[in-house]
Amino acid sequence: MEEFAALIDALVYTRSRNEKLRLIAEYLRNTSRDDRGWALAALTNSLDFPAVKSSTVRALLQERVDPVLWTLSRDFVGDTAETASLLWPEPEGERRPAPSLSEAVAELERLTRKSVLSELPKLFDRLEPPGRYALVKMATGAMRIGISSRLAKVAFAQAFDVEVEDVEEYWHGLVPPYDELFAWAADGADPPDIENLPTFRPFMLAHPLEETVVDLSDYAAEWKWDGIRVQLVHAGGETRVYSRSGDDVSATFPEMLDALDIPAVLDGELLVRGSAQGGEEGGAASFNALQQRLGRKTVAKKMLREAPAFVRLYDALIIEGEDLRERAWEDRRARLEAFLPRLPDSHFDLSAIVEARDFDHLAEIREGTRDAAIEGLMLKRRDSPYIAGRKTGLWYKWKRDPLLIDCVLMYAQRGSGKRSSFFSDYTFGCWDGDPDEGAELLPVGKAYSGFTDEELKKIDRHVRQNTINRFGPVREIERTLVFEVAFDSVHASKRHKSGLAMRFPRIHRVRWDKPPHEADRIDALKALIRD
Amino acid sequence: MAPTARTKAKADRVQTTERGAHWKQFAPRLVGEVMRAPFSWIRPEPWGIHVVPADAWIDPGKAVERALVTHGHADHARGGHGETVATPETLAIMALRYRTGIEDQHGDMPSMATAVEYGETIRLKGGVDATYIPAGHVLGSAQILLEHAGERVVVTGDYKRRPDPTCPPFEVTPCDIFITEATFGLPVFTHPPIEEEMAKLLGRLEAHPERCVLVGAYALGKAQRVIAELRRAGHIKPIYLHGAMEKMCRLYEEHGVDLGELRLVSDAKKDDMRGHIVVSPPSALNDRWSRRLPEPITAMASGWMRVRQRARQRNVELPLVISDHADWSELTRTIEEVDPHETWITHGREEALLRWHQLHQRRARALALVGREDEDE
Repeated sequence: MEEFAALIDALVYTRSRNEKLRLIAEYLRNTSRDDRGWALAALTNSLDFPAVKSSTVRALLQERVDPVLWTLSRDFVGDTAETASLLWPEPEGERRPAPSLSEAVAELERLTRKSVLSELPKLFDRLEPPGRYALVKMATGAMRIGISSRLAKVAFAQAFDVEVEDVEEYWHGLVPPYDELFAWAADGADPPDIENLPTFRPFMLAHPLEETVVDLSDYAAEWKWDGIRVQLVHAGGETRVYSRSGDDVSATFPEMLDALDIPAVLDGELLVRGSAQGGEEGGAASFNALQQRLGRKTVAKKMLREAPAFVRLYDALIIEGEDLRERAWEDRRARLEAFLPRLPDSHFDLSAIVEARDFDHLAEIREGTRDAAIEGLMLKRRDSPYIAGRKTGLWYKWKRDPLLIDCVLMYAQRGSGKRSSFFSDYTFGCWDGDPDEGAELLPVGKAYSGFTDEELKKIDRHVRQNTINRFGPVREIERTLVFEVAFDSVHASKRHKSGLAMRFPRIHRVRWDKPPHEADRIDALKALIRD
Repeated sequence: MAPTARTKAKADRVQTTERGAHWKQFAPRLVGEVMRAPFSWIRPEPWGIHVVPADAWIDPGKAVERALVTHGHADHARGGHGETVATPETLAIMALRYRTGIEDQHGDMPSMATAVEYGETIRLKGGVDATYIPAGHVLGSAQILLEHAGERVVVTGDYKRRPDPTCPPFEVTPCDIFITEATFGLPVFTHPPIEEEMAKLLGRLEAHPERCVLVGAYALGKAQRVIAELRRAGHIKPIYLHGAMEKMCRLYEEHGVDLGELRLVSDAKKDDMRGHIVVSPPSALNDRWSRRLPEPITAMASGWMRVRQRARQRNVELPLVISDHADWSELTRTIEEVDPHETWITHGREEALLRWHQLHQRRARALALVGREDEDE
């Protein structure tokens, strides 16, 4: 555990990607067989110990440390695991030897919701602050140390001199501690067999189009739907639904599992039935409706009835055991169109190709998509193979322009992680009437992105100099600063005092020049609701 | 143009609203009953602590007629006062930085410098006695004990309780009101023994003989302490300095602090510095200046390095938790040992230290001083 904690700290303090790869690869090569697989699992965020939650750790600390001092410390440090590791009272007497990584994992797996409160402290007592930090990070399932699971896989490939694409391919059929993967890469055994496993294949992704102009004889255009991108896999008699990150979300959308019973790997957008999206194709509700269904481990019957899911297909990777990924997009599209009649139309349709005379015409069509609540357009090179990740020049996404509104900064809070010393989370509001006639500001949203580091420093200074009230970690700010806020859409919401909820708001521009009474009113925002 | 209602409200607030006043649940402004007529001769103002009968200010944030200065750091010692009262070492530091006590060549009014040795008491106007007592923060740093009408007040300035080869240690002085700093006033702050941090630094240097370790450290105090501790740990190789460090190091040497062989980066060839330690101000760590160094490993000596993300924000690869301020346990232990009637907290994480007082049934209040370094040492 101590070596693993030292690796985590070294990674935290290393900027260079190559140096991070070197550190991880060296660790994987030099660490015992018992530990290395668990380390790889922790670095790829593949571990989950349901008995240990962030709230468990908080509860343990609040039994030992004054709750106010805990809150102030957590607010300053910006990270629960780190705060806990620093505030944990050192045990009296001699420290028992630290557990190895695999021992720690075994202990964590044994924990139940009942035993965690008495057993986890015993593990903490055996470790020093860096070990406690690594343990909590690992146990709560999110390292958040700037290591993507992709980077960890590249490091694995580098450590044992194998191809990272092969690692990706085998990855989703395997579970920690990845014995077959290490046997193959480190010890020269046969590669893991995934033919008959419903495993995830990495998605092909798109670059933003920005200033690029493409020739429509080379590229096909397709709507980009405002749902969630999924991969449906049927293999070995089992169907699974994977999210964009490769998470298995089958339990959240059980109605899709019976809908596919032919061996295939399909790429599409998951949507729920409704009337807000799709125009003549019809059938999809707004993202707001889909959102009600996300993140659930079990789904109520009522919800299945009222907001049934379906998948609008974009692409096919494998059909009946035939791998199509090397083939051109046009071929795959033809195969997909031919395959569609074999799927139940209650659960599948096809994302239509957008026909345009030329690029300017396409731009015109895109401009008109606002009402259809479509995210924008996809442009796909007609001869592009299906390649994992983002490869320049093959696929582009061309999102519609965001909506913009001027809001006034009302509250600020410190950020987390590397922004823990900055006030970087902002709540802003719009006027509920004429500000010159005594109207009030009502909060309409929160944003913590869209500004540069330089702007952040300046806003942070503004917050410190214009604080008029403190509510715990929250600062109330003199209502003088206007933000131009960009957002994708706005929906009616009963949960918010303003009656509105913005989708993906971010700071578009900081209007140091604009007087607050010229900011927008709630009514202007309400006029943009489309559901 | 007439002030609008809003700007007027803001001006009023500056005078009446105290920091943290609205966060009643967590931070009562005053724990225990309110003090009245006693101690009315000492008054916290936004610009410093006003010793009313003496017409003197302690560590004032703007130029005043008479300033009692605890130590030479810029947020405590400013130039331009009519008279500056400080230890000889602090006056030497201020002379180096502001020409305090040195007649200005342009014929401007020379400012007056009054030196007070450790343990020495001087009588100020209005029957106030001031005694300078070691604070253990940096060379020349002092707590100031003020006595008037049978009442005793100690102003610590900045201080620490750990041994420091560059200055005499903090002395516990009983008093009625203890005015303390709280820079590291959160229980997450525990400064490890400096020997551990030196071992980390020397270990990294040894592991990379082809590179150098660049240590960011404040030019006054921290840099000299780090160098002196390296010498104590048996590191005898020359240490390279950023130009901005040179004069202060010479001043320390003149005051009897042995720093061993020092060389300037500007006089050295890149290859000479391989396998050596280089010390620079923190601002130079990620500056173009550091390009002249051989593959520097970036280190920083600061109490903030205890928190990972603080180190990351500064692009630090080797965080060294070394501070010239008291950590949480030093602060609370000191208050217990001094055992004052009431504690006033000048700057730092005052909310947590107030809470500690509440939990331990001690009286405390937070002062709202302007211009003290909030986020950095």
